[in-house]
Amino acid sequence: MRRIAILAGIWALLTLAPFWLPLVGGYTTLGTRVLVLGLAAMALNYLLGYTGVLSFGHAAYVGLGAYGAAMSIKFLGMGALQAIAIGTLLGALAAVAIGPLIVRLRGIYFSMCTIAFGQVFYFIAFRWNTVTGGDDGLGGWKRPALEFAGYKLDLLTNDVAYYYVALFFFALAVGGMGLLLASPLGRVQLSIRENERRARFLGIPIERHILLSWVVSCLVASLAGALYALLNNFADPRILRWDFSGDLVIMAVLGGMRSFWGPLLGAAIFVVLQDYLSSVTENWMSFIGLFFVLVVMFFPRGVLGILKRAR
Amino acid sequence: MTQLILFNVTNGLIVGAFYALMALGLSLILNLSGIINFSHGGFLTLGGYLAYSLSLSMGFWGALLLAPLLVAALGIAVEAGLIRRLYGKDPLYSLLLTFGMALMFEDLTRFTWGASAKPFVIPEALAKPLTQQFFFLTGYRVFMVAIVLLAVAALFLVLRFTRLGIRIRAGTLDLETVSALGINVRALRSLNFGMGIFMAGLAGVLAAGMLGLQPTMGNALIMPSFIAIIVGGIGSLPGTLFGGLLIGVAQGITTVFYPSASEAIIYIMMGLVLLVRPRGLFGEEGRQ
Repeated sequence: MRRIAILAGIWALLTLAPFWLPLVGGYTTLGTRVLVLGLAAMALNYLLGYTGVLSFGHAAYVGLGAYGAAMSIKFLGMGALQAIAIGTLLGALAAVAIGPLIVRLRGIYFSMCTIAFGQVFYFIAFRWNTVTGGDDGLGGWKRPALEFAGYKLDLLTNDVAYYYVALFFFALAVGGMGLLLASPLGRVQLSIRENERRARFLGIPIERHILLSWVVSCLVASLAGALYALLNNFADPRILRWDFSGDLVIMAVLGGMRSFWGPLLGAAIFVVLQDYLSSVTENWMSFIGLFFVLVVMFFPRGVLGILKRAR
Repeated sequence: MTQLILFNVTNGLIVGAFYALMALGLSLILNLSGIINFSHGGFLTLGGYLAYSLSLSMGFWGALLLAPLLVAALGIAVEAGLIRRLYGKDPLYSLLLTFGMALMFEDLTRFTWGASAKPFVIPEALAKPLTQQFFFLTGYRVFMVAIVLLAVAALFLVLRFTRLGIRIRAGTLDLETVSALGINVRALRSLNFGMGIFMAGLAGVLAAGMLGLQPTMGNALIMPSFIAIIVGGIGSLPGTLFGGLLIGVAQGITTVFYPSASEAIIYIMMGLVLLVRPRGLFGEEGRQ
């Protein structure tokens, strides 16, 4: 009963965000940013918190989603839905290609390889100027209207409409991940997190499950990336780089990586903090770094972790 | 053509020596403490900038000696104040901590010394080419490789023959037993961390002389160092050394034939190695 009430509360807050955000000093685009980055952090946490595998290279998949969407709009003139689908598929394909190379690694070595592989795509985007815009990013396009079954919805001038499009995909992805976690498959993932050796003794094909979890996580991260590119009307090479992977991990840890909704809360705190810091000081990078240190030293369980414990 | 290839192979070896020096420090810390030190590049940058500031008053040689020591001292302080508390916890936390420190290092260097590149003057005796035919072999490059070789040789000698080195190697295999034998594991890890950071600082000073100083230089060198470790085999220091040199040379050769792929090549090599031999070229079984 309590769980249902909390869930209803979360969805009500999300659905009504464009109405209450201005009252607390926010704006709709900020809300969309939290939603989209929160989705990426939740995707990361699907792997980190529910399979026990730390990827420090998720920026690559967010970035691939962003570039996939941006390129299909700019060069192929796709509509919003098609662009999002293509971006998501691009990231998922890369995950399918890279996954088998790394699923045999464990712990900190897995993280190290994900960091290194993540950089490949950054260098491709950085070097392949003619197609990706290099260091300047891929701009010069606007998010197209959403066309579906004869209806046409203008997104470019209507921030609120875009928020709801993002929320729709958010709900789809989060619902999907939630269902997977509640299924027997999700239970198997938890067992791998808790005791891999024991799970192996039970005859569970560990590598296959980690690979599956990895692909699901990367797919959702790419979806978030595609939505992020459409939000900014721009694909930024910096979201492909390793520092952005770190941002995603800190969002998950800050919110509480043992809870499903934690990363969304973490993303909200992080995005608002970054927004504020970069408006007041040039040295915001130092403060973000300090923030990392403080979170690790004093809030390793994250906000929701602390709340759960206090209860 | 021969000269071009030779030039780039030499270049690759020099760059590889760099990667190796940095990666060896990372590897030392990773093997004994199970920590990926993301801020390694930050320490490297700091070493370079400190050497720059010191060289203004005490010249190149004083800076070369003193800067790495100062950086190592700072490293030990950071280990004692922050990193030590995270041993035995999920490696995620030390990764995030050092990641945050890497951001701070980069920004604080920019804040202190400015964002524009700084010239680091090397002694004239080292700046000249050795011969006319092989113009690229300046004294500094030879000197740099010599210093790297010296540092690497010293490291391996310490690890092989001294009591400290034997303890470090034993701790890498089984820290608990080492601790049970009455050895102060805390101090051991501290010293080991300091040694790793010293190598980063040294690499920073050498890099400053060759590439010039930029606040982002350390964080740009960290990825190749990771790859050197992965290719060489996690847990193996000779592997790391070999891995660093190998990817350096591979980069050099790629620069001849297809310059825009010179960054991608090291990732391709990493992919191939992981595909064929997941534990790396020199990695031990079971430590993948």
